[in-house]
Amino acid sequence: MAKIDKQLTKHVAKLANIPITETEAEELASAFSETLIVVDELQKLAVDNTEPTHQVTGLTNVTRDDVVDKEKMFTQEQALANASKTYQGFFVVPRILKK
Amino acid sequence: MTDLNTLTLKQTLDKLNNKKISLAELYQDLDQAVAANNKNFNIYLNLNQAAQAQSEQVQDRELKGVPIAVKDNFCTTELPTTAGSKILEKFVPPYESTVTQRLKKAGAVVYGKTNMDAWAHGSSTETSDFGRTLNPRNIEHLPGGSSGGSAAAVAGDLAIAAIGSETAGSIRQPSAWCGTVGLKPTYGRVSRFGVIAMASSTDSPGPITKTVEDAAILFNHMAGHDERDATTSPRKIPDLTTALNKDIKDLKIGILYLDIEGLEAIRPIYEQQFKIFEKLGAQVEYASAFDPNYAVGVYTVVQRGEVSSNLARYDGIRYGLDRANFGDEAKRRIMLGTYTLSKGYADQYYNLAQKVRTIFIKDFAKLFKKYDVLIAPTSPGYAKKIGASQDSAMFGELEDMLLEASSVAGLPGISVPCYRDEATNLYLGLNIIAPMFREDLMVTAADAFEKNTSWNSWRANCE
Repeated sequence: MAKIDKQLTKHVAKLANIPITETEAEELASAFSETLIVVDELQKLAVDNTEPTHQVTGLTNVTRDDVVDKEKMFTQEQALANASKTYQGFFVVPRILKK
Repeated sequence: MTDLNTLTLKQTLDKLNNKKISLAELYQDLDQAVAANNKNFNIYLNLNQAAQAQSEQVQDRELKGVPIAVKDNFCTTELPTTAGSKILEKFVPPYESTVTQRLKKAGAVVYGKTNMDAWAHGSSTETSDFGRTLNPRNIEHLPGGSSGGSAAAVAGDLAIAAIGSETAGSIRQPSAWCGTVGLKPTYGRVSRFGVIAMASSTDSPGPITKTVEDAAILFNHMAGHDERDATTSPRKIPDLTTALNKDIKDLKIGILYLDIEGLEAIRPIYEQQFKIFEKLGAQVEYASAFDPNYAVGVYTVVQRGEVSSNLARYDGIRYGLDRANFGDEAKRRIMLGTYTLSKGYADQYYNLAQKVRTIFIKDFAKLFKKYDVLIAPTSPGYAKKIGASQDSAMFGELEDMLLEASSVAGLPGISVPCYRDEATNLYLGLNIIAPMFREDLMVTAADAFEKNTSWNSWRANCE
């Protein structure tokens, strides 16, 4: 059984890009452990000869013609309408490279 | 004359057709009821101020301009779409969900957007960033969730009918708790396009209504292949209203889950109610299914994994606030999903869960060789008291245990009221599960049950 401690919780938070406090890390670690007890039950089952199911209706390789349909596109104005910050028709994103 | 907001969808359509009532009268009664009760129940997050004006423009269409309540995770261009989260509080989508597009085309009007557990993560409508919704049947209790606002809107007659969405219980459980009808279609039957994604391999939009007939009518206008959702089925859509008023003689019904731990208190009630089907000539017997406790594990892993992926898009750049604004439940789910999908753990969790999912699918296939439909309690009990969701990280999962197995298998189901406790005015729901794409069978059984019992609170006015 996996044990989720505070350290691992902070690592996962970083992977998920979710800022958490020290107190939250402790609370989350204990919540995860509670949840995983239920999940660990699955390991009692014999599944060696069972295929996984990812899609329940059996559809495969659903594609459409590779053509541009302007009806299905946003205008630049629509695409930017909900952005927190824009500049001359572009999204403004946080800097990730150091100067 | 009765208040027009208490009419069923079918009654409303009939009366509008026969010119017994006008749209102006209908909207007046509904507006009054909403003005009197919405603050108290906290059902609508946003109301469409132009609803009545829009109704006049579509009154010649099949749905006649009737007002429909829509869960706030369906994108609508005229109203903000929040998914119950403050991250999207000011988000007005630049496009419209296929479901609302189809309903509008058929002549329905989006009356308002209903409260829900934030991101549909929950079974209480208590985890909304905009406050909890109360159960109109008894305001000391929760409406269930995550489509609790839509179920409460119908139960409190603050809508003629409503739309919700379900991954595993989010339509049927609030319907059971609020004494309404909730229909969860087969996965892939109704388009997910424009529905804020939660668990993409199980998300299924569906109707929450006053009667089975109303659910059948709305289903007809929602379902069908959509080129914008590649997982929608190209199969022909049955007219579900033709599944109503049918004889259920010789229908083979299997009873599921009644013997599991925790159902002792409600078991005698269900045993009693199941006899209705026998009286109507159906063959009813106890069936044994693969232990639904394992479905909790499967659902938890699959759902958390898909949540972590779907909610990765909320970066605060293109729309909405940044990731620091996620509530506790969303943080828990995103992070657990991230963990179970991460390198070294994906086999132990995600792939294992998908294999157990196959076991459930095969188990149901076996059951449906013997039975036409399966029946079970929708929820392990009555609507819980307000505050109940705050005690446990697994509140929703234990609550939805009875619904998760069939949901991860993609099966359709319908919950109908099957008991009312006189002391509390709270309801129990009966869940009827059908094989893939056989919504007609469950609607036939549900309709027969509804019409031969008095549990549906709108029945008295339907005679």
